[in-house]
Amino acid sequence: MTAVTPAPPSTAGAPAPADVAPGSRPGGRSRLRPAAGFAFGAALLFAVAPLALSDFRLALLAKYLCVAMVAVGIGIAWGRGGMLTLGQGVFFGLGGYAMAMHLKLADAGPGGMPDFMQLYGQLDELPVWWRPFASPWFALPATVLLPMAVAFGLGSLVFRRRVRGAYFAILSQALAAAMVILLIGQQGTTGGTNGLTDIQGFFGYDLDDPVNQRMVYFIIAGVLLALLALARQIVHSRYGELLVAVRDSEERVRFLGYDPASVKLVAYVVAAGMAGLAGALFVPAVGIISPALIGIVPSIEFVIGVAVGGRATLLGPVLGAVAVAWARTALSERFPGTWTYLQGLLFVVVVAFLPGGLASLWALARRRAERAEVHQ
Amino acid sequence: MTVLFGQLFTGISIGAVLLLIALGLALTFGQMNVINMAHGEFIMAGAYTTYVLQQSITGAGLSLLVALPVAFVVAGTMGVLLEILLIRRLYARPLDTLLVTWGVSLMLQQLARDVFGSPNVQTRAPDLLTGNVALPGGLTVANNRLFILALALAAVAALTLALRFTPLGRRIRAVVQNRDLAAVSGIPTARVDRTTFFLGSGLAGLAGVALTLLGPIGPTMGTNLIIDAFLVVVVGGIGQLKGSVIVAFALGVLQATGEYLTTLSVAKVIVFVAIVAFLQWRPQGLFTLRTRSLA
Repeated sequence: MTAVTPAPPSTAGAPAPADVAPGSRPGGRSRLRPAAGFAFGAALLFAVAPLALSDFRLALLAKYLCVAMVAVGIGIAWGRGGMLTLGQGVFFGLGGYAMAMHLKLADAGPGGMPDFMQLYGQLDELPVWWRPFASPWFALPATVLLPMAVAFGLGSLVFRRRVRGAYFAILSQALAAAMVILLIGQQGTTGGTNGLTDIQGFFGYDLDDPVNQRMVYFIIAGVLLALLALARQIVHSRYGELLVAVRDSEERVRFLGYDPASVKLVAYVVAAGMAGLAGALFVPAVGIISPALIGIVPSIEFVIGVAVGGRATLLGPVLGAVAVAWARTALSERFPGTWTYLQGLLFVVVVAFLPGGLASLWALARRRAERAEVHQ
Repeated sequence: MTVLFGQLFTGISIGAVLLLIALGLALTFGQMNVINMAHGEFIMAGAYTTYVLQQSITGAGLSLLVALPVAFVVAGTMGVLLEILLIRRLYARPLDTLLVTWGVSLMLQQLARDVFGSPNVQTRAPDLLTGNVALPGGLTVANNRLFILALALAAVAALTLALRFTPLGRRIRAVVQNRDLAAVSGIPTARVDRTTFFLGSGLAGLAGVALTLLGPIGPTMGTNLIIDAFLVVVVGGIGQLKGSVIVAFALGVLQATGEYLTTLSVAKVIVFVAIVAFLQWRPQGLFTLRTRSLA
């Protein structure tokens, strides 16, 4: 750091106090309300959406929910931990590629090779590092553990040496750039720019069948709810409070005897695991994973949904991610250029003038209402 | 020997481009701690300025000469506008500045697409810069690469002299070293910030002019370069220029060597790993200003 004004170490922008101390709501209601909200969300996802939406729209929703899973992780790492990770696409991609590699191998049958390898690579046999992915017992855990391992490796190096703030953001973005270039460069074994496409089956089920697509949607919705429950547990635990403390004043936490590097590392690794899982489920839902879905631009687009919804809240990132993804589809179909302007404007307006996201509007309105009650 | 020299020169010329881009970033990031993601679009603005000027000025050499100062002013003005409208309000939140300026860069890219069209455009290079210079021993270096190297070095020299000897440079250094103390000593820090932003963005415009000599001009040309340039600043250490100069050339040579020994994609990964490893050794970058802040 230079000797500029000692800006507050937290760069995440101060969220409204109401968001920061979630444990301090008055007794009885606080237990019941999340459970009720959870049940409402589950009903919406499992009953209302499948009934109200066409197969096409439901498949789109499944895709958005995958993005929302990444957003839950970013909400923890960035909203709670203050680590602006601009490279979540890497973890999303690792999970996605691990899953897609397995499905490609399953499609090809025992001893077979994915179609593209003969096409670009002129390979006679499967590359060594593809082989373990033929087994679901390796591939499925790998979709989560591989991203977590990469995040652990990078995070433990970087956080231990107190690389943070903008430096960390740039490094995470550079990781995304490097990953994409590597994938494109190794076209013979990774599919290059096209990625892994044309995935037919999902553990024996034909993905072209709308019934099976619905099944994939239900799996995705269930996993998202589970991740939200996990995120809630993390945020409301003692660890969650420590994470917020590290975000707001890393030095003080250090002086209190904690190790901020480990605290941040856990959040970063958890976020990576969530992104990996999201990538893995994205593949059967959409049928493709490619460098264009995981590079610098998609990585930063994951962040914008979180910012719009409210980075330091639990539900904000999910709602924001779904809303932004939906708006993108709705608008870019009709006016492609306008959407880019709008997206840029969204970044500017939300981050600059509403750092708490749309969730802070709600908190603001509630506080207004309370104040009005007091005055009466 | 020839191959070695060729690779070395390729590396140095990659480094020169990186340096031109990173200089402006080093200025603004170092002084204001602000990450300006729209810097890449200022490069694009410089490049399109060259293209527009070439439509009216027919001589390629003359138009290039005219483009240098014009692009500097165009990009600098855009930078000042950005500073006044947005960045000034966000000095306490550097990470948010990153996202906001990313939004600005998206809009500028789309604007370029609407004005100039999505396909890349090309400028004509002056005859003087299209050939090669033959050196003794059968070595050749491309003229345009030499020109860019000279431009980068001239920019470094001018900036160093300006920072060291002019009143403005003195003020900038004072603000970089201790903003509060500078402010109480009567230095108008807000105005200094704006001037620094003008200079930094203007340098991006110059880089844009230089890049027209190397390849086509397109709406997304800035995005690809900006991350490497940020890495240069991060590794070089902020608050001074010499770190960026050394690191730009070092990364350029590393990239070129890696590319020669393996492939382009593997070289990029090697560079990334090298940077993470380097930051283990010096997390604050190559050179840092000594401060008493906790880090």
